[in-house]
Amino acid sequence: MNWGELWPILALSAQVSGIAVLISAVIGIPVGTWLGLTNARLRAVMRVLTHTGMALPPVVVGLLIYLLLSRSGPWGELGWLFSVQAMIFAQVILAIPFVVGITMNSVSAIPSDLALQLRGLGASDWQVRTSVLREASPGILLAVAAAVGRSISEVGAVLIVGGNIEDKTRVMTTAIVLETGQGNFEFALVLGGFLLIAAFGVNALILLLQRSQRLA
Amino acid sequence: MSICLVARKIFGLSLMLLVIGGCPSSGENPTTQGIRPLRVATTTSTRDSGLMDVLQSMFEGQAGIELEVLAYGTGQALELGRRGDCDVLLTHAPEAERKFIEKGFGEGRREIMYNDFVIVGPMNDVAGISEADNVVDALKKIRRAKVSFTSRGDNSGTHMKEQTLWGRADIEPGGDWYISAGGGMAHTLRLANEKNSYLLIDRGTFLARRKQIQLTILFEGDPSLRNQYAAYCISPGKHPHVNHEAARRFVAFLASEKTQAAIADFGKEDFGQPLFFPNADSKTD
Repeated sequence: MNWGELWPILALSAQVSGIAVLISAVIGIPVGTWLGLTNARLRAVMRVLTHTGMALPPVVVGLLIYLLLSRSGPWGELGWLFSVQAMIFAQVILAIPFVVGITMNSVSAIPSDLALQLRGLGASDWQVRTSVLREASPGILLAVAAAVGRSISEVGAVLIVGGNIEDKTRVMTTAIVLETGQGNFEFALVLGGFLLIAAFGVNALILLLQRSQRLA
Repeated sequence: MSICLVARKIFGLSLMLLVIGGCPSSGENPTTQGIRPLRVATTTSTRDSGLMDVLQSMFEGQAGIELEVLAYGTGQALELGRRGDCDVLLTHAPEAERKFIEKGFGEGRREIMYNDFVIVGPMNDVAGISEADNVVDALKKIRRAKVSFTSRGDNSGTHMKEQTLWGRADIEPGGDWYISAGGGMAHTLRLANEKNSYLLIDRGTFLARRKQIQLTILFEGDPSLRNQYAAYCISPGKHPHVNHEAARRFVAFLASEKTQAAIADFGKEDFGQPLFFPNADSKTD
């Protein structure tokens, strides 16, 4: 087996999932916070929708994005099929329900008395939102951790829209599929090990951040 | 302000992942700036035998054009071409290729190389196909012996060949004995090996992969088992965006004397015999 093949794969995985999670967080955290502070009926509807989103089968997302991005599809002009962009796009779709849903739940779990009290003490709307967000921050970090877990371990969507091109769109999960099919179990296992380490590392980091939050 | 703190930490975390990620987000190779990569759709047999790796590094070195290799079954590769999602194809299903070109999707087809299909199976050969007179007889023996047969089941060139042969044997494949794998050549070979099943496979992939395999070649040599590979470009008439110039260069590269010699040599050292036989001539379809 060729160990030189390992690094581009690890780097690409980190890059694709990193950007996908960043985009999901930038969009999902404000949306989730707003929903968490809005009226309960809308939140109930959104809870069903985000939970459905969390259960979206990656292969179905992959198939739909494939048809969308194919040259003969509606967004074919972009030339994105079998590219890093397509993989990030797919992972954002898969990760964003986690960010929105978990953020919303943790923001709405903050006792509403807090907002009332703060308003009573003369806080502005903006100050109220910030304080609520601070209270909810462990939950928001959890939301980001869930998004990382979803995007880094997913294979169905990136295999379909990325095409598993060596050095271009081959990430850890798609490489494991290929190497297992070819009987290169050693390489596949090493990749699997790195995948586990990545998942562990991200969650350990989140835990540390949560603790430092609580102490701050 | 805490919102800033949380945002900063999340941002920092993402940034860190990006830094680990390193290279530019578009994934472009800085060494081939300005030249669009060429996207070739090919069959899993050329990848799984290792030939594509050799051809890729030769072409990239000679032409200075980066190659993006998509390895699917021939059926799926043709579909990629039909939709304009690749620039050039290297496949092995002459009938399907001819139809593809007649409909105006492809052009400039050149035969590149051939090898042959063989039927592999368990060493004890319960069905006795090593005694068969021809390939149709071999398939009939497999069916009569009620032993299992594994199929690619993915509309690939190998699968199309297999279906043609079942048709000639007047057998409708399907049922308990017929395992439809739905995967690439190496994957299907492993599956057949686990199931101790018979399998139609191209000789190149089998020789390249047989180290970990207990199955053995039981039937070979029938002229109808010939496996012809050809390369052709996607017509810019159908899909104006394709990288046509580079695609033509790739087809010419495959048919060139130097590449043909490399194909003839491929596998000799590792497997004791060539896996593919070059047969490009000067004419194009």
